[in-house]
This record gives sequence, C-alpha cells and structure tokens, in this order.
Amino acid sequence: MNHPADLKYSKTDEWVRVQGDQATIGITDYAQDQLGDVVYVEIPLTPGQQLSRDQKFGDIESVKATSELVAPVSGEVLQLNEQLKEHPELVNEQPYGDGWMLVVKLTNPAELDDLMTAEQYIAYLEGR
Amino acid sequence: MTAEHAAAAPLKRTPLYEQHQALGARMVEFGGWEMPLQYSSILEEHRAVRTRAGLFDVSHMGEFQVEGPEALPFLQYLVPNDVGRLAINQALYTTLCLPTGGVIDDLLIYRLEAERYMVVVNAANITKDLAWFQEQAQRFGAVQIIDRSQETALLALQGPEAQAILQPLAAVDLATIRYYRCQPGSVAGLACLISRTGYTGEDGFELYCEAAQAPLLWERLLAAGKERGLVPAGLGARDTLRLEAGYCLYGHELTEQTNPLEAGLAWTVKFEKGDFIGREALLRVREQGPGRKLMGLEMVERRVPRGGYTIYDSDTGGESGSSGANQRAIGVVTSGAPSPTLNKSIGMGYVEAARAIPEHLVQIEIGDRRLAARLVTLPFYKRRK
Repeated sequence: MNHPADLKYSKTDEWVRVQGDQATIGITDYAQDQLGDVVYVEIPLTPGQQLSRDQKFGDIESVKATSELVAPVSGEVLQLNEQLKEHPELVNEQPYGDGWMLVVKLTNPAELDDLMTAEQYIAYLEGR
Repeated sequence: MTAEHAAAAPLKRTPLYEQHQALGARMVEFGGWEMPLQYSSILEEHRAVRTRAGLFDVSHMGEFQVEGPEALPFLQYLVPNDVGRLAINQALYTTLCLPTGGVIDDLLIYRLEAERYMVVVNAANITKDLAWFQEQAQRFGAVQIIDRSQETALLALQGPEAQAILQPLAAVDLATIRYYRCQPGSVAGLACLISRTGYTGEDGFELYCEAAQAPLLWERLLAAGKERGLVPAGLGARDTLRLEAGYCLYGHELTEQTNPLEAGLAWTVKFEKGDFIGREALLRVREQGPGRKLMGLEMVERRVPRGGYTIYDSDTGGESGSSGANQRAIGVVTSGAPSPTLNKSIGMGYVEAARAIPEHLVQIEIGDRRLAARLVTLPFYKRRK
C-alpha cells in the first residue's frame, strides 16, 4: 500500500497535500481499498463555501457501503473535482492523483500540525 | 471517512480458508464465519458471473440429513411448501415458519432417496434450525436428523459458461440435470452431489462434497475454467447478484417478523397440502391480504438505498430533495446496492400494501435528504434462456 511521504493524513483516512496556502484533499489508498469499488461521490459544496475541520463534506458510495467524508482541515472551498461525477472509479485507481476531491484555501494552517505524517499514519493503520 | 471495525468473536472457517488467503481475498465476518467478500472487485466478479462464470465457496451453509419412514410427514409438517411433490434427485425452495407465520429460515430441501432428504440451511441459522427441527421431530417417531454441516463443503459454479466448464470434469451428462434437479456423480474424480441450483439468477451448479476434498475440487474447477474466464467470486458479488435476481436474503428480506406472503413467496406456501406449522396464521394473512409487500426500488438518482433506510410516500410529484411536510413513512429498505447490470442503484423494501404499486414514486431518506425512487416489480434481472 502506498502512502506518499509529502502528504498529511487524518485519523478518518483523508489526505492533505499543501501547496502554499492551498490544500488538496482526498481519501487514502487504504480507505479506497477498504471501500472497494467506488460508484458515486457526492460533495454538496460550491466554491466560496466555508468548511470547518471535522465537518462532514460529502458521502462516498461503494458497492458495499456508504461512508462519510470528513474535512481534515478548515478552509474556503476553491475547487471540486468535477471528473469524479462521471468517473468515480478514479478514487480507486488514483487516490492520490486524479481521484482527489477538493481544494480549499486554508483558514487555520496550524491545524496541519494535528495531522499525521505518512510514517505515523502507517503505524496508526497497523494498530487498527 | 469513517472506520470499519473487525468483529471480536472467534470466527469459523470453511475448508477453503487457505485457498482464499492464497488468492488474496478480503475476508469479512458473515453469520459467525470468516468468509471472502471479494478477491478482485465486487463489480468485476459480478460481471464475470453474468457474462462468463464465477466460483463461490458457500461451505458455511448448513446441511441436515433427515431420514426414516416418517421423514416425509415430518418435513410436510415442518415447512409450507409441498415436499410430497419431490421426485428423487429433485430440490425445493421453501421457508421454515413459526406458528405465527414468521420466517425462521429459508431452505433448500433435496430428496436423495425415498426416505432420505438433505436440507440446506443458512450458516447463521444452523444451531437455531437444528434445535427447531429436533423439537418438532418429537411428534414423529421414525425420523432421524443428523447435522452434516461440518463434514460437508459446498461450491457454487454460476454463470452462462458453468456447464461448459464443468462438463469435461464431470462423470455425468450435465445436460440431463434440469433446473432444481441433482445427481450424485464425480467431478475431477471426487464424489459430489451435482445440483442445478444457485442464487445468482444465472444457470449454474452447486457441488456438495466432503469437506476434506473441497480444496482439490476448488483448485481443479478454477484451473478448468480459466480459459473460459472463470473467476473466484465472493459474498459481495453474491449479494449484488441475488439482489438483481430479486431473491430474498435471510436477515434482510426474511426474518421471524416477516411472513412468506408479504415477502412475495406465496408460491412456496401450499395450503392445500394439509397441516403445517404456521398454516393458521398464514391463512389469516391470505384472507386479509398482507399489510405490506416486498417491492423492488429503483433510485432516480445515483445514491444507494441501504438496509434500514425509511421509505416515504411521495405526493409531491417525486421531486428529489423536497422536504414535503405531507410525506408519510410507508416502508423500510431491506437491501440495496448499485446494480452493475442495470447501471443504477436498486434495492428491495417492505411497503404498505395499499401503496405497493409498481411505478409509484416514493422518497427514500438518505442522510439528511429524501431522494426519489420508483417502486418496481421484482426481479430486476432475468437471464435470457
């Protein structure tokens, strides 16, 4: 399983890629593997909306279950991955690439310190 | 994302556990058993069964041998379907009912000899069913019930290529085994009961064999079917396949609080055969008409109706997302999944009989929204013969 070293990870299996004051958010390789075939991603947000840390920001439907998406950081929504509407399988195929979910402008960068490094996330998964 | 947690209780394993591990299966808890959910992906395995073939390990199912001069009168009293119609080497689907008409389990009953039957029960219900069988058998003298679940393995080979894959390995002419018939025979040199049954909506065979021989049978079947695209298939695909086929699953569509008439299984209740457990209660249900009916659900949007979601009446024209103060709860979803064959989300659920109208629009509460769905008749999928 692949967990890139340049990302930050949440206990609810989201990842965050920070570029300047922007953060891209998706779900981890472990999470997509646990879900199995993703058939639909619903993120009822629009650019400009404020998202708070730990807030539910959407649902992900796989063949076997529905799971909630939880915001790992607070921010203003800048962009949503429109490609997922037609190609939800990208979440399975490229969880850290084209399967990303949204980009936010960080409103509280200090929250990043509460997230795990790849190493910590791997240890966290082993303890599950 | 919310985390999933593994069950803590020790789980039972089938004789094919090592095969599943070697194939890299994702194992899950199911009815007290550690079973393969999927090997590659549920969608891929589902499509393989619809277009080619899939091999399932269903050894967790229970098998009871019921024999003796009173085996038939006993079974006739025990279940609502007419066991007396069975020829030797024929099988019957039936429910097993309480005196209230509630469903204890759903079963397959095979007549193997004049006075010897095999009853196949759901894994989670083995202990409960066995106790019920033994309790009811006390009214009958000459009947013996033996639990063969431990020493019996069951493999299901399902899909349009099933016969072509199995024939070269089988010592019997499979074309002579009709639907819901069986025949003892050997497969890959191993003694089996070969049955033309299954729960996927496809043609296929179920092979009962001794537990110790199951690994070899499994390996030989997978090897023989490789060229025709046979893949191992897990419980995930089994569930989406049976849902498309409109088959009930115990614990979802069938429980001790549901009766076979509301579950769309009136065809398995034979009032004219004489007395059986639950007859009085089911007669009353028939006279009054069931209060609710099991219906198919087709979502208008792509969200998936899952078991337990509430179904609301829709007198707002079925507009998705509308709050509708005049909406009334009229039912509950029992199963749901995205349908790989229909490419839409489908489900089954109980709906008040008066509102159980095909094409009627309802709304299903998913999270904090109510989304439009259409009631439809079952099944969603019927194979072309």
